[in-house]
Amino acid sequence: MTDIQITSPVSAPRIGESAPRPDGVPKVTGTFTFSSDLWHNNMLWGGTLRSPHPSANIKSIDISGALAINGVSAVLTHTDVPGSLLYGLEHADQPVLAADVVRYEGESVAIVAADHPETVRRALAAIVVDYQVTAPLVDPEAAEQAEPIHPDGNLIRRLRLRHGDQNIQGEIQVEGTYEVGMQDQAFLGPESGLALPSEDGGVELFVSTQWLHSDRDQVAVCLGLPPEKVRFTLSGVGGAFGAREDLSLHAHLCLLALHTGRPVKMVYSREESFHGHVHRHPARMWYRHHADTDGNLLRVEARLILDGGAYASSSGAVISNATCFAAGPYLIPSADIDGAVVRTNNPPCGAMRGFGAVQTCVGHEAQMDKLAAALGMDPVELRLKNALKSGDKLLTGQTITGAAPVAEVIKSCVDHPSTLIPSDDMMSLPGGAGRTADPHHIVRGQAMAVGFKNLLFSEGFDDYSSAICHLVDGVATITCACAEVGQGFVTLAQQITREVLGVEEVILAPAATATVGSAGSTSASRQTWMSGGAVQKACEAVRQQLLERIADQHQVNLDDLVLVDGQIVSLSGNFSLDLATATTEPLEADIEYHHAPTYPVDENGQGDAHVSFAFAAHRAVVDVDPELGLVKVVELTTSQDVGRLLNPLQAVGQLEGGASQGVGLAVMEEVLVTEGRIRNASFTDYLIPTALDMPPVEIAAFIEQPEPGAPFGAKGIGEPPSISSTAAVVAALRDATKRELPRVPVRPTDIVQLEDDTP
Amino acid sequence: MSITIARSLDHALTTLHENPDALILAGGTDLMVQINRGYLNELSTVIAVNRIPELQGWKQQDDTLVLGAGLTYAEMEKSDFAAVAPALAQAARTVGSPQIRNAGTLGGNLGTASPAGDTLPVLAALDAVICLRSAQGARRLPILEFITGVKNNARQPGELIEEVHIPAAQGHQEFCKIGPRNAMVISVASLALIVDQQNKKVRLGLGTVGPVPLRPAEAEEHLSTNVNWAANTVSAATLDQFSTLAAAAARPIDDHRGTAAYRRHAIGVMARRTAARAFTEETA
Repeated sequence: MTDIQITSPVSAPRIGESAPRPDGVPKVTGTFTFSSDLWHNNMLWGGTLRSPHPSANIKSIDISGALAINGVSAVLTHTDVPGSLLYGLEHADQPVLAADVVRYEGESVAIVAADHPETVRRALAAIVVDYQVTAPLVDPEAAEQAEPIHPDGNLIRRLRLRHGDQNIQGEIQVEGTYEVGMQDQAFLGPESGLALPSEDGGVELFVSTQWLHSDRDQVAVCLGLPPEKVRFTLSGVGGAFGAREDLSLHAHLCLLALHTGRPVKMVYSREESFHGHVHRHPARMWYRHHADTDGNLLRVEARLILDGGAYASSSGAVISNATCFAAGPYLIPSADIDGAVVRTNNPPCGAMRGFGAVQTCVGHEAQMDKLAAALGMDPVELRLKNALKSGDKLLTGQTITGAAPVAEVIKSCVDHPSTLIPSDDMMSLPGGAGRTADPHHIVRGQAMAVGFKNLLFSEGFDDYSSAICHLVDGVATITCACAEVGQGFVTLAQQITREVLGVEEVILAPAATATVGSAGSTSASRQTWMSGGAVQKACEAVRQQLLERIADQHQVNLDDLVLVDGQIVSLSGNFSLDLATATTEPLEADIEYHHAPTYPVDENGQGDAHVSFAFAAHRAVVDVDPELGLVKVVELTTSQDVGRLLNPLQAVGQLEGGASQGVGLAVMEEVLVTEGRIRNASFTDYLIPTALDMPPVEIAAFIEQPEPGAPFGAKGIGEPPSISSTAAVVAALRDATKRELPRVPVRPTDIVQLEDDTP
Repeated sequence: MSITIARSLDHALTTLHENPDALILAGGTDLMVQINRGYLNELSTVIAVNRIPELQGWKQQDDTLVLGAGLTYAEMEKSDFAAVAPALAQAARTVGSPQIRNAGTLGGNLGTASPAGDTLPVLAALDAVICLRSAQGARRLPILEFITGVKNNARQPGELIEEVHIPAAQGHQEFCKIGPRNAMVISVASLALIVDQQNKKVRLGLGTVGPVPLRPAEAEEHLSTNVNWAANTVSAATLDQFSTLAAAAARPIDDHRGTAAYRRHAIGVMARRTAARAFTEETA
C-alpha cells in the first residue's frame, strides 16, 4: 500500500486535494454510458468490410449482392467518398476506404448500413472483392531497400542526431541489440459511435476519441464539407492510451449517415478493434555506450528502427521521441543516434502511452546495467553519477530549464524499504492458479530503471487549448473540448475553477467542436498543463472582469478587491459581497492557451524541440521459475517527478495503471504478427496482467519541484509510469535468471532456452 | 433460428430428438465466442440446457462421484467437492475468470472437446465415464473413447451429455497448468496426476499436448512399480525417468501460445514436480 493519504475534503476539492471521479461509481456499477451504449430509435447499424490480406491489389468490388439484401440501406466504397480519399494525423496517406490496393490485414474496403447488425453481417459477406494477392513487405530492416508499397515511399522518417565531439571513444565500451514487440493499448471500450445527419446538410458524430477537433478537421476534408458543418461531441470513452488518436470509424459513420439520411451506429467487435487502431511500434535497437573508467558516460551510439506498419499515423513524432530520448536521462557529451521509422505491410503503429520513450528505455537501461557490470560498479551509483539535472544539455543540445530531479527519483525509489511479506500460498508463486511451482523452485531478482520523456507537443507544433468560463449566480460552467479518456480532467477542471473563483459548484459542459475551440489531444501528458492552463486562464479572466465590474459598480478600489471563499472583499475591510449576488449578471471569458514555443531540430537533430520533461524510476522485484520460464512480479516501487500534485487520488491511479501496462509489456503483452497477420486479436490470446500478475504499486515519492511555466507548477503524469516500469521488470528478470533477455516481452522460452526450440 | 429453453431432461431430449443437429447451449462460454466470431452463422436450433434440474450439481454414490453435465466450474472449486475430487477442483480454478467459472460447465468442456480443455486431462487420469442420453436410451463411454479428436467427440445427433462418473479420491491428486499469465489463461500444457493408494497405481493425464488428452502408460507403469508404497517415497532416479517418459509421451504442436518443444519440456517438469508432491523424494 501507498503512504498517500486519501481523505475526502470537507468542502468540494480544490487544487492539491483528492477529488473522486464523478464517473467512478457509475463505471464500477455498470451504469456509465459508453459510446457503445448510444442509441437512436430510428438508427441503422453500420459495419466495415476489411481486407483479409496484408497486401493485395483490388481488381474489382461488386456490391450488388449486398445491396439486394432486404434491410440494407447503403453499401459504400472509395468511389462514394466525396472529398479527399486520404486522411492522417501527420500526413494524409491512409485511404478512408481502400481504392486499388490494400496495405495491411484489416484495412477498410467497404462500409454498410442496414437495419440490424445481423443484416450488416450478411451484407458484408455478400460483397465480392477480387483481390490479386501480392507478397507482403513485413521485415522493417528490408523496407528501405524494398519496392515502395505506397506512393510516399517506405521511409516514413529518419532522424540523425549528432551531438558533441564525434571522435570521442570511451575506454569502456558496451554494446547490445534489443528488441521490443508490438504492444496494444488494450482499452476495454471498443471503437464505437453514432452519427446523425443534420438539417443543414452537415453531420453530427458522437464518438469516443482523444482529439475532437483534429478528428473533425480530418473528416470534414474527406466529406468535402466545411468544418462548421461537421460537429463532433465526445461520448463515453472506455480507455484510449493513444489508440484513439487516429480516426477509426469516424469518417465511415459520417459517410453512412449523410448517404442514408438516418442516424447510424457502429461498434467494433474486439477482434475488429485489434485491426481498427494503431499499436505501439515494435523496435529493434542497437546501442554502444562509451564511458571512462570512473563511470562517466562519454558517448552513446545507437541505431533505432521502428516498424510503422502500412500508414504514417504519428510515426514521425514517435521516432523523434525515440531518437531524442534514446540514451535516457543522463548527461552525455557526445552522441550519434540514427532513428528510422519505416513502412511495411504490418499493422499500422502510432501513439501509445510513452510514445517512443518506452522502447528506448528498454535499450538504454539494459545498456546502463551492462556498463555497470563492465565497470564493476553499482548500477544505481552509475546512474546517479550521470543523472541529468536542471541546466544540463540533452542530446538535442537543448538546455533543461525546468525541474529535472533524476537523482531524486532514483534515490527515493531505491531507498524505499521493501514491504514484501513472504507467502507460501502456491497461487502467489510464478504459475499462479496453475500450481506449477513449489517455493524451492523459485529464484528472486531485483533491479531498477529510470526513464523520461517530453511533455506536450514538440518540434514547433503550435500547441494550444481553449476554454470558456461562464459565471452566473455563483455557479461556474466550464466549456472545453478536452477529451476525458480517464486521465481526470473532469475533476481537475472543477478543482482549478474552485481554486481561482472560490466557487463551490462547477458545471462541465459537454466536450464538443461546435461550442468551443480545440483543446488539442489528450496525449503527450499534456491536458493537465494545456487544458488545465486554459481553464485557469479563463477563470482568471472572469475573475478580473468580475472584480472590475464590482469596483466600478460599488466605487471601490480595484486593487483592494479579492475573491475569497465565495466572497468578494476589499482588503481595506469596508466592503463585502457574496459571489452569487455579485454574479446575477453573467460573466464569460473564452481564451486560448499556448505553451512556450518550440522549434524544429536541424539536420543534426539539434534544437530546442521540447517544452518540458518528466522523469520516473521503478524498482522491480520478480520471482522466476527458471525451469518453466514462468514469472511473477512481486513488488514494484516507483518515484515520479510530478511538479506539483494536483489530485493525489488520481495521481496514484495513473502511477498504478501506467506501471501495469509496463509490467504487461515486460512479461506478456504482444500483438503477434506473422507474415502481416495478427494471430491473437482477442483478449483470450492478447494477455494483459490480472490481479495475480500485477503487484501493488508502492509509491516511494512524488517529487514535487514546481515546473516553471506550468499551471500550478504541475507536470503531466500519465506517461512516465509506463516508461521505466518495463525496463525495471526485465532487468529484475535478468538478475534472477542471469540470462541476457534482449527482447520484451520476455517469453517463457526466452528464460528456459531449450536447445531444440525455434519459437 | 429457434431457441428452446429446456426445463427438464425429457423436454431437452424430445426437442433434441426432433432436431438432432441442434446446438447445445450450457454456460455459453465457448459457444458464444464462436457465434460472436461468426463461425456458427448457419445455426438453426439451439437448446439451452442450463436450467435442467437433472443436470445440476453432483452426488457421491459409494466410491463413485456422479457429476451432472451442468456442474459449473465454480461449484467444482468449492471445498466439499475439492475434498473428494481435488485435481478437478484445481483444474476448475484455472478456468477463466469468476464470471466464466460461474457460467461454464463440465458438460460444456466435454462438448467443446478442445485440446486445451482444462478438465480433460483430469477426467482422463480418473478414467471418467461419460454418460450420454437420447430419447431412445442411454450409453456410457470411457473418456478416451468419448474425445475423438481436436474439438471432436463421440456424441451422436440426438444425444446429450448427462453425467460424468469418476471415482472419489483414493489418494493424492495434483493438477498443474502452464500459461504465460498467472490466471485467466488458455492452457499451454497441463497435467493431472492421480494416486490410487488401494491399487498402488499412479495415473497421469496430459492436456494440450495432443489432439486428445493423453495417458502415458509407460510413465504410469514406471512410477507405479517403483514407488515405495509402504513408505510413500520415491527415488530421484524414478522421478527423473518418470519425467522423461511423460515428456516422451506428449504429442505437442507449435502454435501462437507455445512451441512444441516447450510444451514437451513443461510436461516433463510438471510430471516430476507433481510426483514429488505426491511421494516424498528419497534422499540419496
